[in-house]
Amino acid sequence: MAERLIIVGAGMAAGRVLEHLTEEAPDRFEITLFNAEPRGTYNRIMLSPVLSGEKTYEQIVTHDADWYARRGVTCRFGERVLSIDTQARVVEAEHGQVSYDRLILATGSAPFIVPVPGHRLPGVLAYRDLDDTDRMISAARPGARAVVIGGGLLGLEAAAGLRARGMAVTVLHLMDHLMERQLDPEAGALLKEDQERKGIDVILDAATEEIAGKTRAEAVVLKDGREIPCDIVVMAVGIRPSFQLAQTAGIACGRAITVDAQMRTQVPGVYALGECVEFNGALFGLVAPLYDQARVLAHELTGVADAFVPRELATKLKVTGCDLFSAGDFTGGDGREEIVFRDPSARIYKRLVLERGRLIGAIIYGDVTGANWLHQLIQEGRDVSTMRETLIFGPDAQGTDGLSRSSLAA
Amino acid sequence: MDGAPLPALADDAEPRVTVKSTCAYCGVGCGVLLTPDGKGGLEVRGDPDHPANRGRLCSKGSALGETVGLAHRLLAPVVNGRATGWDDALQLVADRFRETIAEHGPDAVALYVSGQLLTEDYYVANKLAKGFMGTANIDTNSRLCMASTVAGQRRAFGTDTVPQTYEDLEEADLIVLVGSNMAWCHPVLYQRVLAARAARRTKIVVVDPRRTASCDGADLRLALEPGSDVALFNRLLADLYEGGALDATFLRHTEGFDETLAQAMNDDISVTGLAEEDVQAFVRLWRDNEKVVTVFSQGVNQSSAGSDKVNAILNCHLATGRIGKPGCGPLSVTGQPNAMGGREVGGLANMLACHLDLENADHRAAVRDFWGCDRVPEAPGLKAVDMFRAVGDGRIKALWVIHTNPAVSMPDADAVREAIRGCDFVVVSDVTAATDTARLADVLLPATAWGEKSGTVTNSDRTISRQRAVLPAPGLTRPDWAQLAEVGRRMGFKNAFDYASEAEIFREYAALSGIAGRFGKDFDISGLAGLDRAGYDALPPVRWPVSATRTGGRFFADGQFYHADGKARLVPVAWRPPVAKVGPRYPFRLNTGRIRDQWHTMTRTALSPRLAAHLAEPFLEIHPEDAADLGIGLADLCVLDSPQGRAILRARITDDVLRGQVFAPMHWTGETAPAARIDAVVAPVVDPVSGQPESKASVVKVSRMQAAWYGFAVSARNVTPTGDYWARAVTKAGHRVEMAGYAAPPNWETAAREMFGLAQAEVSILEDRAAGSARLAFREAGRLVAVLFVSPGPVAVMRDYLVQMPEVPDLTLLSGRAPADRPDPGVVVCACFDVGMNTILRAIESDGLVSVDEIGKALQAGTNCGSCRPELAALLTRVQTQTEQTPVRPTSPNLTQPKEAAE
Repeated sequence: MAERLIIVGAGMAAGRVLEHLTEEAPDRFEITLFNAEPRGTYNRIMLSPVLSGEKTYEQIVTHDADWYARRGVTCRFGERVLSIDTQARVVEAEHGQVSYDRLILATGSAPFIVPVPGHRLPGVLAYRDLDDTDRMISAARPGARAVVIGGGLLGLEAAAGLRARGMAVTVLHLMDHLMERQLDPEAGALLKEDQERKGIDVILDAATEEIAGKTRAEAVVLKDGREIPCDIVVMAVGIRPSFQLAQTAGIACGRAITVDAQMRTQVPGVYALGECVEFNGALFGLVAPLYDQARVLAHELTGVADAFVPRELATKLKVTGCDLFSAGDFTGGDGREEIVFRDPSARIYKRLVLERGRLIGAIIYGDVTGANWLHQLIQEGRDVSTMRETLIFGPDAQGTDGLSRSSLAA
Repeated sequence: MDGAPLPALADDAEPRVTVKSTCAYCGVGCGVLLTPDGKGGLEVRGDPDHPANRGRLCSKGSALGETVGLAHRLLAPVVNGRATGWDDALQLVADRFRETIAEHGPDAVALYVSGQLLTEDYYVANKLAKGFMGTANIDTNSRLCMASTVAGQRRAFGTDTVPQTYEDLEEADLIVLVGSNMAWCHPVLYQRVLAARAARRTKIVVVDPRRTASCDGADLRLALEPGSDVALFNRLLADLYEGGALDATFLRHTEGFDETLAQAMNDDISVTGLAEEDVQAFVRLWRDNEKVVTVFSQGVNQSSAGSDKVNAILNCHLATGRIGKPGCGPLSVTGQPNAMGGREVGGLANMLACHLDLENADHRAAVRDFWGCDRVPEAPGLKAVDMFRAVGDGRIKALWVIHTNPAVSMPDADAVREAIRGCDFVVVSDVTAATDTARLADVLLPATAWGEKSGTVTNSDRTISRQRAVLPAPGLTRPDWAQLAEVGRRMGFKNAFDYASEAEIFREYAALSGIAGRFGKDFDISGLAGLDRAGYDALPPVRWPVSATRTGGRFFADGQFYHADGKARLVPVAWRPPVAKVGPRYPFRLNTGRIRDQWHTMTRTALSPRLAAHLAEPFLEIHPEDAADLGIGLADLCVLDSPQGRAILRARITDDVLRGQVFAPMHWTGETAPAARIDAVVAPVVDPVSGQPESKASVVKVSRMQAAWYGFAVSARNVTPTGDYWARAVTKAGHRVEMAGYAAPPNWETAAREMFGLAQAEVSILEDRAAGSARLAFREAGRLVAVLFVSPGPVAVMRDYLVQMPEVPDLTLLSGRAPADRPDPGVVVCACFDVGMNTILRAIESDGLVSVDEIGKALQAGTNCGSCRPELAALLTRVQTQTEQTPVRPTSPNLTQPKEAAE
């Protein structure tokens, strides 16, 4: 008889686990999938084109009703899980209890809303899921004004989408350059210029004092007194893991649900993955490690030895119209050497950071060809001294075959 | 400027006319067919009717059409840096020379002229100096070239006469090349030799310390110690005597045999460093082949024992009677288009005119009467090296340099440059202001260039050919004879220099030679003295003498010589080593010479991208073991120090040179590679008889240049390079530059903008400050205009791909590599058809080519001038060797590695 498996959350990590399980062990589990959103898994990364209008929701769905039906997955979408009894192995949901043999928590994360005065006013939105996206779309009348708080990836995507829908957009960023966790100041400056070329205002060092408005958001007031009038405010300052359900159930949590390399929580039969977990002190927000976790978890459930090993984090991103790549440690300092490429007219900037002959970090703006190879070199940590002059041109530019070292015939 | 308009160019609609002329370069004197395109350009082909080349041309001759543009030309007289008109300029020249003579005597002035001059120019220059300025201080760059042959032939024959003709190369059974890299320096003659060898299995011996392209396929190569030729030919003479191979009958036409033989037997062959069996093989070849032609060139002449070497060779030919016969005799080959014409008119400080002697009072009187002057000098003037010493110490106060570049080409060139700089009054006639010497001139006179000027030249086998004008004289340029004659007139000698045309000068010259003929001299072309303008214009190539009694032919087979007693002289000669001695401070012997595709100081050849592509920078050939001892690696730069000066050159590590010897080309100048002026390190040592400098046996120290940075640049425009070493060459669309320096500039972008003259251009930069490397590309209006690669070591990029800029795709440019669909052609091997080494290697490998002829069929390479054929053969050998050693080659070879490193 099949084991009863409950999955709480239908984000991308959960979707990937389901794919593994239904493919590798089709009849082993009787699966119930809960999701607070009234839908199954879609490609959250593709929300930006939905916001900008280039794609529809249907085009970014990865698992539709038919998909679940054919694999016998019981879907309880739009239904919140209220509590878990890990002793009895029962999940209490809005429409009743369900027992499990094994439980996967994939509760993901929630957008962080800066608790400034006025943050609860109507017109203050987050940008996390399809519903947020729909809310922004309905607010986005041409000529209306939007303020996006947060100049990270998500904020810039929101800004681009809103701008594409004809809104006047201002991005407020607390730090002195955009995407400071992925980019250095020079790349950040290029990114800012590119935003401004698209008609998006960017204000750096912008600390929000309050969101002003009587019945709804009307302006964002900065600490320096500047006031930016707006019709909507989008908060995109970060996410917080959602682990309250686990915590309440007595499952060990730190900054998120604590898991081991097999994605096991401290409670037998309960697993977790995705943005809601903490592994060796690290949290996860990018899709690649989530997919690794999904594979490991599926293996764990089906009895295949596997372990989650966090990879060097690299960001290869596309902020609508701008190619970016960022990996490893790109801070400068003693003992670190830099290879820098600048092509201002082509708006290309590349910076590689080396330490003791090894590539430890890279930032690429504008032309990301060869970036995967650089990422691989960072991960491998091998000596690249002999490739220094041509490292930036990628793997095809290596080796000495056919090169001459003087203007003489041999 | 006078404001005179440029002459109108021919209307494009006019039918194209092809005119016969002769090549601008070496002493082979090839006939060319010139077809102007009406827009200033010129199509150049070999003249199938010319006896020197029968339609062949070498790479340099084939590329003449690329060198006739006006971009580099001097188009108006310049006085003290300001353009002016002829009237002012020539009056100043005439006044200053007249005043200097009046104040300090005639020997305070000097003319330094050149084998570039046409015979008519040369004649007028000689007449002006010796007849009317009253000084014998007229010498020529031929002094650096074949003065030792002049001296040797005069000692042996009583006249400076080449007995043989080029046809002898086809009729010989044995050809001995002594100090001659004929394959590169006289390529058309070499092709004649190779054709003869193919037809009749001619044997070839090469006597040269260095393995050159001429050694390819030689039956015997004698890599003797530099300067030991006398010992070799003394041994030959002694062995021929002992073997009974001398010609007793012919010896009756000679004097000096006994002393000469005694001296020869006294010499020690061991100084040559040759293996005894090789020496015996050489003697056997000589003994067994009656028809032997000994070709000799600068390896013989440019020596402190140059005249003795010439006589050592001539002694063997005279003692065996092997002279002046078909396929049999000594054949000196000269380096310049009209070196021979200069000798004939007497354009050297120790000659008079038409083989008449300065020291002979009757000759002087005859010439004086003919010219209508008061007197001619009784003693020789200063030969080149002494002349510039006299310039340096102030004895010569007015100097006129015509078509030559002594600030580069003289030994101890830095000292010569300073001497010229310090001279009171310096006139330079040239076609360009961009030479090291022209930059020092007080007065610059713009001359018509090859293709624009008209006159005659004499080649190495006494064939007089016409050079004809096919292009209009640009700007205010004038023929040299017209400049010289006008100065003569303005100095007060109106009648003597009242020439209307070069034809008139030629008639006077031919008439003077008739006087020489009446003195019994061999140089008599009085048969041409009656040529009218039409006859002169139509003059076909003709070998002198041309007199009532004889035309052309060979000399001396009849035993009639030109010493007073009618006999030849065997000259006793003993080996002596080069003057400079190697030792702990200067442990290397420096050889210098020409390369295949450049000529002299490159003022013309450097204009051709095809010619620049073969060896696009100056280099030092050094033996692999010496290089290893000195820590000199592949493509490192070498510093050469001698007691005279310093030069920096690219290492070319090769066992073509023996240990302890290095070789450097002579061509690079302040314009093209200012740190590589090789004559700056050459000692001003001369042959005591001929005054010719010992350009091939200086001593030097060699060390690795401790460069902090190396650079390579390609630019659409001219570049003002930076660095302690740089070498600039033209490409099809601009220039390429190699650079290196002891200290890097603080900011490469600033330095590059200055170098390229691109203050505003867009730039993309790749910089690795810690490693000391940088790559920069500049664009204007989106078009690529310049690129610079900087590296802490020799820059490693695909140069021959990059020099195709701006056709190189912008995106891949800074990687320094060709994309897979546009392979790097490699260094140009065949300059005639612009075929690169990689292209050839790929064809050899992929099409399985096994012979030079197959390469020619597949790629055309080597099928025109043939001077790259030895290199094609070497490439075939390289591929075959690799294939044998590594049946499956994992990667393609590093094409720039020297052979021994690649194997």
